[in-house]
Amino acid sequence: MTSPLARLLETRDWLMADGATGTTLFNMGLQSGDAPELWNEEHPDRITALYKGAVDAGSDIFLTNSFGGTRSRLKLHQAEDRCYDLNKRAAAIGREVADKAGRTVIVAGSMGPTGEIMAPMGPLTHERAVEMFHEQAEGLRDGGADVLWVETISAPEEYAAAAEGCRLAGMDWCGTMSFDTAGRTMMGLTSAGMTELVEKLGHKPLGYGANCGVGASDLLRTVLGFRAAGSERPVIAKGNAGIPKYHEGHIHYDGTPELMARYAVMARDAGATIIGGCCGTTPDHLRAMREALETTPRGPAPTLDEITQALGGFSSGSDGTDDNGPAARERSGRRRVRG
Amino acid sequence: MSDDQDDIILADLDDDELVGQMYDDLYDGLKEEIEESVNILLARGWTPYDILTKALVGGMTIVGNDFRDGILFVPEVLMAANAMKGGMAILKPLLVETGAPRIGKMVIGTVKGDIHDIGKNLVGMMMEGAGFEVVDLGINNAVDAYLDALVAEDADILGMSALLTTTMPYMKVVIDTMKEKGIRDDYIVLVGGAPLNEEFGRAIGADAYCRDAAVAVETAKEFVLRRHNQMAARA
Repeated sequence: MTSPLARLLETRDWLMADGATGTTLFNMGLQSGDAPELWNEEHPDRITALYKGAVDAGSDIFLTNSFGGTRSRLKLHQAEDRCYDLNKRAAAIGREVADKAGRTVIVAGSMGPTGEIMAPMGPLTHERAVEMFHEQAEGLRDGGADVLWVETISAPEEYAAAAEGCRLAGMDWCGTMSFDTAGRTMMGLTSAGMTELVEKLGHKPLGYGANCGVGASDLLRTVLGFRAAGSERPVIAKGNAGIPKYHEGHIHYDGTPELMARYAVMARDAGATIIGGCCGTTPDHLRAMREALETTPRGPAPTLDEITQALGGFSSGSDGTDDNGPAARERSGRRRVRG
Repeated sequence: MSDDQDDIILADLDDDELVGQMYDDLYDGLKEEIEESVNILLARGWTPYDILTKALVGGMTIVGNDFRDGILFVPEVLMAANAMKGGMAILKPLLVETGAPRIGKMVIGTVKGDIHDIGKNLVGMMMEGAGFEVVDLGINNAVDAYLDALVAEDADILGMSALLTTTMPYMKVVIDTMKEKGIRDDYIVLVGGAPLNEEFGRAIGADAYCRDAAVAVETAKEFVLRRHNQMAARA
């Protein structure tokens, strides 16, 4: 039994995902600090508009409004007991939009980080993390999601827990991490390290990759890193529309639709199969990306120099996959091991 | 790893060796070893303040530098901070008792509307690691929460964090209110968070933008020192 996304991947050699959820909802009047997930029940019309924006701009895949839909995130809004229902609504609204699209559009059930730090460094145990992702996954599945979509993860332990939650819900999944710290995730994982992690999982994702992070250049370097690590698995690239800038009292992302169109083509040349945007990426950006992907022939994978020339510099000299990173400290010699 | 390396007897090390070993043990996040070493130094007559500044803060400075340079990442820093905390738990009451000089006190929290607190927590831990006292206001703080705490805690530093582009402008609201009340210059104001940058920090009138927790610590130390010098010059 193959899932809709698996079937689509067999017939197409690239797919376009969606853009920003948060940025779009804030533009629709969401107040800072409010949970976007509550809008699945309070303002289903706006969530429909959010999804439709991506579909009309040419996205093959869109993510549901359920990023902060785990119990631990909803708890910040005293909505933890509505976890299943809010996620189910997020997916059900998506199902309706996708079914009316007139072509195959994939409803991907978004699952973001729990926001807690996992044991042994933090308080969140593997078992509890699995339970939270499982609960969310069931809601998304029952609402009609085609696939689950884990995103913006930093910790390998949390990625593995999410995989397990998806398995328990009997769902295929995709999973991306955010590489925002010297080319690695906040927890220090490199693109090569993530590739290794993915292949070790019991319930492997249909596709894996990077989202958010620091600008388009860094994201493409990460994609090259996935490819260099030798995985055959489809790679996902969902980068931000540039860098946020503060201008006369409000924030805007400096990435133009033209820049994102170049990024999309370069991401495909670098080896990504599923290409989309993240924060700051509007339907205008998506339309430009779609057009560029359809009209530009494939080229060779870009070099790091070509990436920086086209899209700007990297946030760090190395991303930890070469030998050019900072050297480890000279130690006084002894290092003890705890039994 | 051979057996003899597992069998370091901390009490057999002389002071210099022991402090060097504490640097390593902090780096490796070994809490029990740090606690044992703190007790050994106390028994040898070290003042609590010397143990804090020479051994613990010295060790955490190395951790902070390697975090800043992309050699260590969050998991290692959390383990190191946890080990430091073990040592601090022993020293804290003794520091108060002996009237040791205060390094500095920081009030920290995420701004109104922002519930993302991992970065703020890291800064808090690293600041404690550097010997600062930290009053954590948690998430979603309005102007009054910050200002009340600054006064009530007799703090030196205000730290504000935001992860969202929609919440970061609130930092300016807080700073503007401080200006209106004429208390802006009584405090060092540091801001941080993923979407911020130096330009933004300057635009809203903060003393500094801090790229990460390690930079926050260095910046805080520098500004506190500057203030001490200014006060000394006036005196």
